[in-house]
Amino acid sequence: MRWLLLKDLQILRRSPLVAALLVAYPVVIGILIGFALSGDEGKPRVAFLNEVAEGESFNAGTEGGEFGAEQARDQLCDRVDCLDVSSRAEAESLVRDGEVLGALILPEDLLDRLASLTSLNPEQPTVEVLVNEDDPVKAQLVDDRISALITEANLILSQRISQQAAGYIDLLIDGGTFSVPFLESSIEILGLNAAGEILSAVSAELPPTEREELERVIQFAQEAEENLEFALPLLGAVASPIAVEKDVISGGSTSLDAFAIAIAATVTLMFVTVLLVAGSLALEREENAFTRVTRSAVGAGGLLLEKLALGVVASVTVTLVMLGVLTPFVSIAWERIGLIALAILGGGAAFAAFGAAIGSAAREVRASSLLAFMVSLPVAFLSLVPSGTVSGGVFDALKIFRALFPFDPSLDAMTSALDSSASGIGLPLLHLVGVVIAYTVLARLALRRFA
Amino acid sequence: MSGTTPQAPATAVIEVSAVGYAFGDRAALRDISFSAAPGELLAVIGPNGAGKTTLLSILAGIRDPDSGSVSVPGKVGWVPQQAALYRRLTVEENLRLFARLEECADVDSAVDRMLDQTRLRERRGDQVATLSGGNQQRVNIAIGLLSAPAVLLLDEPSTGLDPRQRERLWEFVNGLADEGTTVIYTTHHLVEAERYGNRLLVLADGENVFDGTSAELHAAVPDAGSHDFEAAFVAFLRERGH
Repeated sequence: MRWLLLKDLQILRRSPLVAALLVAYPVVIGILIGFALSGDEGKPRVAFLNEVAEGESFNAGTEGGEFGAEQARDQLCDRVDCLDVSSRAEAESLVRDGEVLGALILPEDLLDRLASLTSLNPEQPTVEVLVNEDDPVKAQLVDDRISALITEANLILSQRISQQAAGYIDLLIDGGTFSVPFLESSIEILGLNAAGEILSAVSAELPPTEREELERVIQFAQEAEENLEFALPLLGAVASPIAVEKDVISGGSTSLDAFAIAIAATVTLMFVTVLLVAGSLALEREENAFTRVTRSAVGAGGLLLEKLALGVVASVTVTLVMLGVLTPFVSIAWERIGLIALAILGGGAAFAAFGAAIGSAAREVRASSLLAFMVSLPVAFLSLVPSGTVSGGVFDALKIFRALFPFDPSLDAMTSALDSSASGIGLPLLHLVGVVIAYTVLARLALRRFA
Repeated sequence: MSGTTPQAPATAVIEVSAVGYAFGDRAALRDISFSAAPGELLAVIGPNGAGKTTLLSILAGIRDPDSGSVSVPGKVGWVPQQAALYRRLTVEENLRLFARLEECADVDSAVDRMLDQTRLRERRGDQVATLSGGNQQRVNIAIGLLSAPAVLLLDEPSTGLDPRQRERLWEFVNGLADEGTTVIYTTHHLVEAERYGNRLLVLADGENVFDGTSAELHAAVPDAGSHDFEAAFVAFLRERGH
């Protein structure tokens, strides 16, 4: 069998285009994925135009402090990569050219409107968002990002206004100094507490007939004070009505980088291995060598095993090259090389068996390449559909469908190997063993009518 | 069956006894029996679909007969109709690979012997894809001879070759027979069957309708009125309803 394997490697070496593709493909994929993952730390770029006058701010109360355009920018740019622009035209141009995901414009009257929220004549503040929705996926992404940012900004403002309202209630209960913004002066507030004490002192000096009326006022002051104290925690709850407690009940907490690398590695593994093995097996027939080889001591089973070995050799080489190319761009857990090797071997063997089944069914190199593409691409696409994006019934059907092909367990194994926080590798490897056996049996059956 | 009554030669290297084979409901071979002696050149001829290639594939061990038996004490070399070679490998690499797959005891000497026999030593390093059709067929045959078989099976060996290449091919095959190799070949070129075959086996609709020499076939159709072998062959088949 090893002589057949050496023969295939010799043939590969003498097929410059195929050999170049086998080397170039993982290198190109590695560089592309590397740039994509290391470019901007995953933050989308957003143009930021501030039309609020410099230095102007909104007093969000004693605990909220000043809130101006600078604070707004800090809040925003913590979540996205901000690109400051000086005019609306520049913002529009960047959005139109696709340089940025969207543009956020803080209008000139934003702070006045924010300040009005704590007055008797509130006006709703508005920010302007420019987006380019020529791509539905991008449009959905922009909508989600902007909605999240605005929700967060609303929550912050709500908290600050609640804090200010709580401060007013404190002032009403305990008394103190209140500064009036537009009058630039302060007034002393007595407070319900002090008012009650004064009234109690006055009440002791009054005749019983007049005291009764005053006692009712004192009683009101005490009840108002107690009830207003109850309002303080209520205001806090209104500011943050829902708290989130996240529990992961399925799957590990895989990092996005590790998942992206795992997808790139699995897709590379899939295309190289399936196409190579399917084409190589079909070539045995096109060269008329199949019957002569299988008539020898090697037999059809030996030839099939040799093709699986060829697929595994190609898988290991190509995937390691790709991960090596990725290393300067992103952190790869090379200390987990044992698990990575297991994932590549398992995935490589499964894709090789799948390729052998395709090659033995198609029987011609061109037909097998076409069939490999036509089957592999939709399977990979359907394997990446996340739960919750389709109905439960459809997702259950998808789970059964993708379990029949090597892509899903290979991706799971690769993700587990690359990321220690992902779920274990045992189950995906076991799944891959089943896939290898199933497709090897199918390929062996198809070889009966191969010659 | 016409011609010489088939009797197993005293030193038969292959004996075929009542072999039958069917593709589904269609019988491809029916009750085929013959034997061959060392150095004999046996031509298997017949119309398209007569069962020639099926018979050779059974003799080569590629198919198992549905009935009957094939007895070959020694090794059998098989050469398919179309060159079964890896075109990206060189002549020597092809020979070496198949020598290993055939589990030859001494791979180097087997390859050397074949390079000499095919007179392709000077082109040993050339990729097969760069060889002419004739030379590719010589390598194809050489691979069938790697294990020094007692019987060599050639399926339409001269197909696609020009007259000069055909002449050189038969010169090579005759040389093998002279050295004691039994050669059983199928052909559509009746001239090749008449000229090079010591014996003819005529198959029609899966039956062995003649086993003898070309002279005996001529004699079997005296009314054919011609010395032309092809005319005699056609007349013979017509007489027997094929």
